[in-house]
Amino acid sequence: MSASPDLYNSSPSASSGLVLDKDGMVALVEVLAGRGFTVVGPTVRDGAIVLAELKSADELPYGWGVELEAGRYRLRERADGAAFANAAGPQSWKQFLHPAKVRQWRADRVGEETVFIAEETSTPRYAFLGVRPCDARAIAIQDRVLTGGPHLDPEYRGRRAGALLIAVECTEPGGTCFCVSMGTGPTAPPGCDLVITEVVDDDGHRFWIRGGSQEGDEILAELPVRPADPATCAAARAGVAAAEDRMGRTMPEGDLRELMAGTLDAPRWDDVAGRCLTCGNCTMVCPTCFCTTTEDVTDLTGDHAERWRLWDSCFDLDFSQLHGGPVRTSPRSRYRQWMTHKLGTWYDQFGSSGCVGCGRCIVWCPVGIDITEEAAALHDWTRSEASGEAP
Amino acid sequence: MDTDRGLAGESGRPHARGPANSHPLPTLAVWKFASCDGCQLTLLDCEDELLGLTEQVRIEHFLEMSGAEGPDGGRAELAGRGPYDLSLVEGSITTAEDAERIQHIRRISRRLVTIGACATAGGIQALRNFGDIDEFRAAVYARPDYIATLETSTPISAHVPVDFELRGCPIDRRQLLEVITAHLVGRTPRIPSHSVCFECKRRGTTCVTVAHGTPCLGPVTHAGCGAICPAYGRGCYGCFGPTSRPNLRSMVAQLGRDGMSEADILRVFRTFNAASPEYAPVADLAAEQQDTPGAGTETNPERPA
Repeated sequence: MSASPDLYNSSPSASSGLVLDKDGMVALVEVLAGRGFTVVGPTVRDGAIVLAELKSADELPYGWGVELEAGRYRLRERADGAAFANAAGPQSWKQFLHPAKVRQWRADRVGEETVFIAEETSTPRYAFLGVRPCDARAIAIQDRVLTGGPHLDPEYRGRRAGALLIAVECTEPGGTCFCVSMGTGPTAPPGCDLVITEVVDDDGHRFWIRGGSQEGDEILAELPVRPADPATCAAARAGVAAAEDRMGRTMPEGDLRELMAGTLDAPRWDDVAGRCLTCGNCTMVCPTCFCTTTEDVTDLTGDHAERWRLWDSCFDLDFSQLHGGPVRTSPRSRYRQWMTHKLGTWYDQFGSSGCVGCGRCIVWCPVGIDITEEAAALHDWTRSEASGEAP
Repeated sequence: MDTDRGLAGESGRPHARGPANSHPLPTLAVWKFASCDGCQLTLLDCEDELLGLTEQVRIEHFLEMSGAEGPDGGRAELAGRGPYDLSLVEGSITTAEDAERIQHIRRISRRLVTIGACATAGGIQALRNFGDIDEFRAAVYARPDYIATLETSTPISAHVPVDFELRGCPIDRRQLLEVITAHLVGRTPRIPSHSVCFECKRRGTTCVTVAHGTPCLGPVTHAGCGAICPAYGRGCYGCFGPTSRPNLRSMVAQLGRDGMSEADILRVFRTFNAASPEYAPVADLAAEQQDTPGAGTETNPERPA
């Protein structure tokens, strides 16, 4: 970030920035590819809007929206033809920045010696097109978790350092979204290379686009853009402002960190444990959950070994396997560990909440367990405890 | 583990383990009980690894592969001579003779690993455990009096101590190699017991239940297959059996919400791992589910036919 901060503010004054039309979006993907980026963005596949490598902007989900509820995701056609008016899908960007499977090293037994071979990473330079504001903040959280301390994760750092973030502000939250409660949307955070707001109205289908870094500006300079007109800027801002009032979910008022710390013995944990399948889906779809397990493999000869890192989950019994057995055997203890960490102890560890309100854990839970509903139930319990009522 | 290999040496069968190593090769035996042979064929399906495997173990008894037994190539006996370092056991116990034979095989095996749903949970033939064996016998065979069989199909672990149980109908080739490889170096096999959902998410498959309304047993099913079925758009039908401590009450309720009737729910659990003790409460839970208003009464309109 080198130029004037005003230009890079996500809510710039009257009519800064530029306007790109649909052909301009095609040019954007071409320019990114020409600069050597592997462009990844939303596209329709298998009845969902997934994140995949895009060869052309034509693959963006133009005319597709989603209907989100607890445990339910359905594609819906949109009459307005918008490309980015769809809330979080089944995947998050962590599958590219913090992949599910990574080989860390190999070793060969040569004679009497063991020779270690460091993994040569040839990570592509990713351009992430269509990063939702909640997800951009999730990336910032994983930045702190995986590269913020004294022990850097080289795999994440390598992938993240080269990645170009093109955020798209949210104008269409889903029924399970609550970024407003978490303070993580619907406007884009600073730190994105480009910020786009999609506008579809009587004046046409267009994208208000602003640079957020030198590289973002350089890319803008290669695109067929026109200066932003006040009407487009106003429509874009109105769309984002309206999104703020259309959140499908809210978190209870008050300090969630205190709520978590003060409700460890609440009977509600037994209630949710009765529904929880401990399948691990919530953690796998969460854009900030980062836990992994390490697996060493050998081949039949025993002369070749590899170490792999795989996504793991606090819902896995093996995850808390210590000497003598797993520590968190009950589903109650595992669900509580996940939720209290996400909303509470994450602050102690990383200085923020671990939740960005994207709603994926609600949607992709096969039995529709809703973190906002659970938080509300815990909140109600503390109030009834305080007033001496029976819960 | 060197002491393990000594066993083969004592029986007078010295085999070099690689050119620079004078340890005798550990011996492997493959056994069949009531089963379809698919799991033991998985060993022969290890086409790229099979030659390498024969450099690491001596396959002493494997009737699917050879009628000979041991280094002298003598005719194999059904019960085998032994002793063997590693026995892979396929199939369930359904006859009195097999109940005797598994005792013998246990005695001549240093380590005994069951392969597949039959050996681990009684297999599809354990459906007899829920019915009348005489009725089945009369319905299936022209001369039922020729058929001597037990009333139940039981897993190997109901008869002898088992060192490791490998899941699946059939087992996964990579997991079988992992079990053998781990045995060779004396480490624990890397066979996670979490849900199939882990495998779906790790490979980036969109959840078929959430996105399509397709009923799926993945959340309560033991991983290991690599989540093949959901990757092709169909629900998991549980051929790897239950995860450790599955929440069947919640799963059964969800299957009802996804449009399955009581009979469908009972049927989907009573397949390859019908006699898994974890599945025992399913019948009652499915009946309870049927009594819940609005559950299991209509098929989800968006569910693929």
